[in-house]
Amino acid sequence: MAVSTWGSQGTSRAVPGILLERIGGRWVSPLLLLLLWELGSRSGFIPERTLAAPSAVIGTLMEMLLSGELPSNLLVSFARVAAGLLIGVGLGLVLGLIAGLSRSGEMAVDPLMQIKRTIPALALTPLFIVWFGIGETPKVALIAFGTIFPVYLNLYSGIRSVDLRLLDAGKSFGLSRWEQVWHIVLPSALTSLLVGLRYALSVSILVLVVAEQINASAGLGYLINNARDFMRTDIIVVCLMVYAILGLGADWLVRTIEARALVWRPSIVEQ
Amino acid sequence: MDARLGFSVSPIAVDLPYSEPVAEPVVRLRNFVRRFGANTIIDGLDLDIAPGEFIALLGRSGSGKTTLLRTLAGLDEVRGQDVEVPDSRAVVFQDARLLPWKPVWKNVSLGLKGDKVRDRAEAALKEVGLGHRLDAWPLTLSGGEAQRVALARALVREPKLLLLDEPFAALDALTRYRMHDLVLSLWRAHRPAVLIVTHDVEEAIALADRVLVLDKGRIVAQEHIAAPRGERSGLSGRLREKLLSYLGGDDHRTGVLRFGPLAEAAE
Repeated sequence: MAVSTWGSQGTSRAVPGILLERIGGRWVSPLLLLLLWELGSRSGFIPERTLAAPSAVIGTLMEMLLSGELPSNLLVSFARVAAGLLIGVGLGLVLGLIAGLSRSGEMAVDPLMQIKRTIPALALTPLFIVWFGIGETPKVALIAFGTIFPVYLNLYSGIRSVDLRLLDAGKSFGLSRWEQVWHIVLPSALTSLLVGLRYALSVSILVLVVAEQINASAGLGYLINNARDFMRTDIIVVCLMVYAILGLGADWLVRTIEARALVWRPSIVEQ
Repeated sequence: MDARLGFSVSPIAVDLPYSEPVAEPVVRLRNFVRRFGANTIIDGLDLDIAPGEFIALLGRSGSGKTTLLRTLAGLDEVRGQDVEVPDSRAVVFQDARLLPWKPVWKNVSLGLKGDKVRDRAEAALKEVGLGHRLDAWPLTLSGGEAQRVALARALVREPKLLLLDEPFAALDALTRYRMHDLVLSLWRAHRPAVLIVTHDVEEAIALADRVLVLDKGRIVAQEHIAAPRGERSGLSGRLREKLLSYLGGDDHRTGVLRFGPLAEAAE
C-alpha cells in the first residue's frame, strides 16, 4: 500500500499511482485469503460439502458463465437493484431537497422520515408481499424503501450544514436566493450526499439479497435457493462472489463520481 | 487644526461633522440604531462617506463595527431607518470566503451577468497579480493569495463602495504590508469609497483619509489625515496614542487597548 504515496505527486505519475492504489493495493489481502482457502481445501482441512475450493468455484463460475445461466440471472437481479435505486434515490433526493431548502417542507417531511427510519426496511417484507404479491414489485419496492432514507438524511443535513459565512458572502455579491442555492448550498451538500449515495448502494444490495429469497423464479437469490436444495456450495459461493462484485462495483461507481465531483478537495492521501 | 501635526481632530464627531462632503455622499446614515434584544449595538449613528473616500473604522471587540459593516453590506435588514448605501458594493471578509468547489476565476466572476465574464475575471486577477492562478482551486491558495482573490472578486464588480472587514488580520506582517500597497494602488486605480474595519491603529493610519473610532455603537472620534501616504511615519506615533486613547473607551487616560469580557460577549 505504501508504494504509491510518493509516486502520485507529480501529475505524470498520478495516474499509475492512483491505479495501483485502486486495483493493486486494494486487492492484495483478498487474494491472500483466497490462497489460504485453496490450501485448506486441497489439504482436506475444509470438506467440499462445507465449502468448495476456490478452484472448483472458478470452474463452476466458468460453466455458469458459458451456459448463460449466470449472466441472465445476474441481469434480473441487476434490473431489480437499478429500478429500486432509481426510485429510492430519486425520492430521497426530492424529499431531502424539500426538507433541506424550506422550513415548511422540513415540518412536513422530516417527522415522516424519522418515523420511517425506525422501521427496518426488511421488516416490511410480509406487508409488501400482502400488498404487491410475490412478483418483482415487492422486491423493487423493498429496495426503494430501504434506500430513500440514507439519501434523504445526508442531503438534508448536508444542505442544513452549509457554511453561513459563504452564504453571507454570496448575499453580499447580490446573488438571488436560487443562485445561492445553486452556487453555494447544493455544491456544499454534495459531499454529504455522496456519502448517502454510497450508503444507499450498499443497503440496496443487502435488501436485494433478502428480497430475492421471496419466491423468486430468476435472479441470484433464485440460484442460491436452488443450490441450497442440492447442497451445491460451489454455486452458492459463486453467487456470493457475484453479490460481492456487485458491491464492489457500486463502491467503484460512487468513487468515480466522487473523484469527478469533488476534484476541488485536496486529497489527504496524496499529500 | 495644527498644520504641523498633519491631522485634525474632532472628537465629538456626532455633533460636529468635520465638513459636509461636497459631492453627494455614497453612504448616508442618519440616527441609525441597531438592537439585538435588550442590547443596543449601534446607538444613533450618523455617517457620510464621500465618493472615493478611504475610511478606516477602528473599534474594540463589541463596539459595533461588524454590525455597522453588515448593515453597509446589505446583509442585515434595515427597516424604517434612514440608511442609504449604493447598489454596487462589495465586501472582502477577514476569511476570504471563496467557494472551494469553484476554480478561482469562477469565484471572481460569481454572480456576474453578461458575456466575457471570464475575461473580466482574468483582468481583475491580473490586477492583483494572480493572472497565473485562474484555474487553481481555492483550497490550494495561500492565505495572502486567497485574500487577493477576494479583492479581485470585489473589484471586478466596479463597486462604488468597497467594504473591507479586517481583511488582513489573519496574514503575516510582511504579506500584510504588501496587501496595504496593493489595496492602495487598486483604490487609486478604481476610486471606490472604501471602508476598512480594523483594530490595527497602524493599519488605519497607513491607509485612510479619515479614521473613525467606534465605541458602544457611537462614533466617539474622527481624525482626518492630510499627510500623503508614505509620509505618515512621522505623525503615526502621536496620532496612534490619540486614537488608542479613544479606543480605551471612557477612560481616556490609559491609552491602552482593552478587551473587556462584556464587550467580547456582546459581539
